[in-house]
Amino acid sequence: MVRGGIETMIPEQLKAEVKGLNFYYESHQALKNICLPIADRRITALIGPSGCGKTTYLRCFNRMHDLYPNNRYEGEIILFPDGLNIVDPKVDPIEVRMRISMVFQKPNPFPKTLFENVAYGLRVRGEKKKSLIEEKVVRALKQAALWEEVKDRIHDLAFNLSGGQQQRLCIARALATEPEILLFDEPTSALDPTATSKIEELIIQLKKEVTIIIVTHNMQQAARVSDYTAFMYLGEIIEFDKTDKVFTNPSKKLTEDYITGRFG
Amino acid sequence: MISEDQTIVQIRKKIARNELRDYLFSIIGLLATLIGFVLLFTLIIDLLIDGFPRLGWQFFTSYPSRFPEKAGILSAWVGTTLVMVVTAATAVPLGIATGIYLEEYARKNWLTHLIEINMNNLAGVPSIIYGLLALGLFVYFFKFGESILTGGLTLGLLILPMVVIATRESIRAIPNSIREASYALGATKWQTIKDHILPYSFGGVLTGIIIGLSRAIGETAPIITVGALTFIAFLPSSPVTAEFPFLSFKWLFDPFTVMPIQMFNWVSRPQKGFHLNAAAAGIILLIMTLLMNGFAIYLRHRFRKRIKW
Repeated sequence: MVRGGIETMIPEQLKAEVKGLNFYYESHQALKNICLPIADRRITALIGPSGCGKTTYLRCFNRMHDLYPNNRYEGEIILFPDGLNIVDPKVDPIEVRMRISMVFQKPNPFPKTLFENVAYGLRVRGEKKKSLIEEKVVRALKQAALWEEVKDRIHDLAFNLSGGQQQRLCIARALATEPEILLFDEPTSALDPTATSKIEELIIQLKKEVTIIIVTHNMQQAARVSDYTAFMYLGEIIEFDKTDKVFTNPSKKLTEDYITGRFG
Repeated sequence: MISEDQTIVQIRKKIARNELRDYLFSIIGLLATLIGFVLLFTLIIDLLIDGFPRLGWQFFTSYPSRFPEKAGILSAWVGTTLVMVVTAATAVPLGIATGIYLEEYARKNWLTHLIEINMNNLAGVPSIIYGLLALGLFVYFFKFGESILTGGLTLGLLILPMVVIATRESIRAIPNSIREASYALGATKWQTIKDHILPYSFGGVLTGIIIGLSRAIGETAPIITVGALTFIAFLPSSPVTAEFPFLSFKWLFDPFTVMPIQMFNWVSRPQKGFHLNAAAAGIILLIMTLLMNGFAIYLRHRFRKRIKW
């Protein structure tokens, strides 16, 4: 099956499917007819040169663009199993964000304690039971491979952590609410190599439980962590395939030029 | 080689000339700083020398009197305190709500732009203008009379723009990434404001409020315009009563005077004794203002300590 020139059939159960997605900042079209399957509990990487629209695309999944005026979506992002169209204006962005979490480029913990950072998503959902919140916070911190390092100081301020720890705290915060999809927007671009490899390991671990979409500037990172890779250029998806295939035997000249470092 | 030596000499000359200007400016700057500082310092010392002997228990607990040595500031400091309560109670909620609305809710268009420009201009409007507005609005239209309520509302209006500006500035200092983090977890706008925007901007907002109040405490012109008395020998009715419900708001409608008016009244009298009283009242007013500013600095420091961006 071919849509928009991209082969979108993959032999996987899908968590989401993007169909003919266009996105506009005022009159500027930032995404052009994007079609992409998102495999359930797999890691899909988005790569491409700066300004190609990968972050814009990622932020469609949790409707972050709704926070700013004059942005417009067209097309569909269907979330499975219930078939909700995420970018339908009739769908409440809050509902979407409750199901799909995000980890940002720079660690952005709240100036609160570690505990309150991770618990915030639960508090937003009106969770009052102390024991349940505590249980979920601890589980999220364990999932984010941070628990062992911070278990004695979860009531300290989050700013006292190192950059890598802060980013894992943000991952724990995103995980605490048990999201269906976890979005990563260049999660290691502000971190040193050691912290980066820790986060990469963590992302690979997490795919057992949650579907992951990751935007990355770092091609080695995409090759290391992802199962599927989409190469974007000027707001379009140029190539989408299994990660091995994209990196060893790309079918498009542009993809090859990019991954061999001829531009970007 | 000779010509090279000459170039070096020329360069050194140039450097020396440039450095001389450096030196000259540092002297001019120092002189300018000293003029302001010394003048202010002399003023305070002069006030202290004149007024200090008058400061005593009797001065705080006496009403104004025909005899300078029997006169005190009781009605003035009680009036100032009560007026400040009304001022804070109006300016704080209105100012914070306006600031939050303009920063977080309002769309950025020509209308909000216009409001913003006006808000900045309002902060610079001469206070007597506020007095005239208040005279028409509160005294004649709403018939609040020449009361504490009118005085407090007038000063509330006067410092409202300051509170709004302080609120907006400290909200703007919160990085957008924090807002996005909150929204991305599924928080609504109100949840984001209540759990993040307000607590993180609290230090700055509080500073703005206190600086506003310490300006209001010294205002004379608008208070005279709305008809504060200059000689008053009784206190407003007590806000606390013996019978249920123990709170009374009758004081809001009582006539009043405030510290700067009391000072003004004493200064304009011929007897030397009253001038000393005015200096003593000035010291008290100065101390009140300094305490408030010091408190603002302390709060800002305390709240900023937790937050690093």
